[in-house]
Amino acid sequence: MSQIWLVPAFPLLGFLLNGFLGKRFGTRFVTFVGPLAIALSFAQSLVLFFQMLKAEGNVLHEHLYTWISSGNFEAGINFQVDQLSALYLLVITGVGFLIHVYSVGYMKGESGYYRFFAYLNLFVFFMLILVLGDSFLLMFVGWEGVGLCSYLLIGYYFEKDSAAEAAKKAFLFNRIGDFGVLSAVMLIFLAFGSIEFATINAEAATQLEYGGALVTAITLLLFLGATGKSAQIPLYVWLPDAMEGPTPVSALIHAATMVTAGLYMVARLSHLFVLAPFTMNVIAVVGTATALLAATIAVTQTDIKRVLAYSTVSQLGYMFLAMGVGAFGAGVFHVMTHAFFKALLFLGSGSVILAVHHEQDMRKMGALKNKLPITYMTMLLGTFAISGIPFFSGFFSKDEILWKAYSSPLGSPWLWGVGFLTAGLTAFYMFRMIYLTFHGESRVDSHTAEHVRESPLSMTIPLMILAALAVTGGFFGVPHVFHVIPNGMENYFQGFFAEIPSGHGSVSMEWTLMAFSVAFALLAWFFASRLYHSGFDLAAGLRSKWETLYQLSLNKWYVDELYNTLIIQPGRLFSTHVLWRLFDQNVIDRAVNTTADVARMVGNSIRPLQNGLTQNYALIFTLGTFLIIWFVT
Amino acid sequence: MIPIEHILLLSAALFTIGVLGVMLRRNVIVIFMSIELMLNAVNLSFVTFSRGMDSMTGVIFIFFIIVVAAAEAVVGLSIILSIFRTRKTLNIDEFNILKW
Repeated sequence: MSQIWLVPAFPLLGFLLNGFLGKRFGTRFVTFVGPLAIALSFAQSLVLFFQMLKAEGNVLHEHLYTWISSGNFEAGINFQVDQLSALYLLVITGVGFLIHVYSVGYMKGESGYYRFFAYLNLFVFFMLILVLGDSFLLMFVGWEGVGLCSYLLIGYYFEKDSAAEAAKKAFLFNRIGDFGVLSAVMLIFLAFGSIEFATINAEAATQLEYGGALVTAITLLLFLGATGKSAQIPLYVWLPDAMEGPTPVSALIHAATMVTAGLYMVARLSHLFVLAPFTMNVIAVVGTATALLAATIAVTQTDIKRVLAYSTVSQLGYMFLAMGVGAFGAGVFHVMTHAFFKALLFLGSGSVILAVHHEQDMRKMGALKNKLPITYMTMLLGTFAISGIPFFSGFFSKDEILWKAYSSPLGSPWLWGVGFLTAGLTAFYMFRMIYLTFHGESRVDSHTAEHVRESPLSMTIPLMILAALAVTGGFFGVPHVFHVIPNGMENYFQGFFAEIPSGHGSVSMEWTLMAFSVAFALLAWFFASRLYHSGFDLAAGLRSKWETLYQLSLNKWYVDELYNTLIIQPGRLFSTHVLWRLFDQNVIDRAVNTTADVARMVGNSIRPLQNGLTQNYALIFTLGTFLIIWFVT
Repeated sequence: MIPIEHILLLSAALFTIGVLGVMLRRNVIVIFMSIELMLNAVNLSFVTFSRGMDSMTGVIFIFFIIVVAAAEAVVGLSIILSIFRTRKTLNIDEFNILKW
């Protein structure tokens, strides 16, 4: 017996204990229960991981309960652990555990401490349901559940207007995506008569025509859902605003786990997606465009968390690029390495933010490297990883994606070119962040500066562990071209994803491209160091030269404003004038009021009959009796 | 032996007196007595039919009606008493606030 159900059961129990008893039993109880629930879940995930490797066909399956049974259709609460979900399990519970431990230090003294841990546990529970479900139904439960927890945690400081707005925005944008997923699921049910992943993947090639309209519609709708959850064009705008939540939340939900749910869905149904080359092209192009757009915005942001948020959007774009060119394994590999280094960077930024008393503006930081040595070192390692400095984890996964974007039959040099440019921008803005935060002269205001202190151990230990993972995580998937150790990732996913015809391109070409991207990253690092090592002064000259571009980037390409004028304002006008004033007031309200008026008129006209005089009633009663008798006889 | 028709006519006359009493008199106590009169007019016809059909069923009915009428008299008189205590009158025309 594999006992898969234990994995989500622990966080659920943690949620119930923290949510219902946490307030009464106090901080120490919550501190104990919250992280412990995830630790137990992680331990069970490890056990399952090794069981799965030994199991036949690398699948563990568990039937818990038959939920819906109607005719031929059956949907149960069935859990499934295979290569993909096992990897996700380890990332969710492993990184999740570290972030829970970190939160103990970060959230110390907050009034809603128990509430925070209850939500965090609940989030992990739903995320585990999402990846463990063997059919769309259960996955969708998790999909909506993580959306709910994301809403609750973005709006954690709900007394702040901006946080409440951001939470609402995230929820609404996700709903647009959910519409896509639901429509796709219905089409899938029509096509297959089943919504189980195994059936869909096995029968996709025989049931659906290659490149046909139906499979294209299904995959495009699924991708719409993925753009909502995983923050891609056109639905990415909620993610930067989601930074209103506490920093551990940004690290766990909006960097490491939930935002990769869309990628999980695409990877899970790889056999379906490869049947729709048009969708694959759309995914690759949207991913690349998102990666570039987000990177250009990140270059000028001054809020440390916003830089990381746009960086996350950009990296997710990379992963979709990988999916779009058929390199599912490489995409999932990047999901893993990204979870390590982006969680690390977010937690590091949280440590900085806490040290300078909840200041997030990098213009008010600087010269923190000696005061926060551990935070500095770990964040620097994370920056190396995301920038693709050789032999750090991001280098392997990113280069694998770029190479596949170039060489795959679905790829093209254009995709590689934009990806390459984005990689350079990534290195630039990440080192810009490092220099502005930790180097140069201190711009922290003098009163705060005296109190700047390295964060407690509960925060720095997770940072160090994540830094170790960010450095070494890439060795699970060293590309073939190195010939040093086998590509563990590829062996791991052997036979799991849909195969696409192997690509063109020689080994020497791969080396050349790799050398280019490393050189470009180093060049970007050099630029960043020259421009920002002593604050903004040197950059100011450059800024005035490119004022228009600078404004565009600083204002996020005015996408929010564009959505506002094109969709929200017309929507509001339509609702006000047509739906409200015309239809609601003139039709619905009038119908209701008329009904009430008629009832009142009738009532008024016969009310005098009931005058309270008993003998009147008796008279009418008697007359009535006579009438009845007269009728009857 | 008195013919059945005569007794039934008596019963109908008593009942009509009762109905008219309820509709025309103003004193609650008198109205109440009129109601009792109607009940007993019905009782009378029950007995008459019982004798005419040589059956005990009608008589058994009467026992029930008398018991119910006694209970009803208790409740009715209590209500009248408490109304009288607050309104200081027995005129039914003034008991007219229970409306709308």
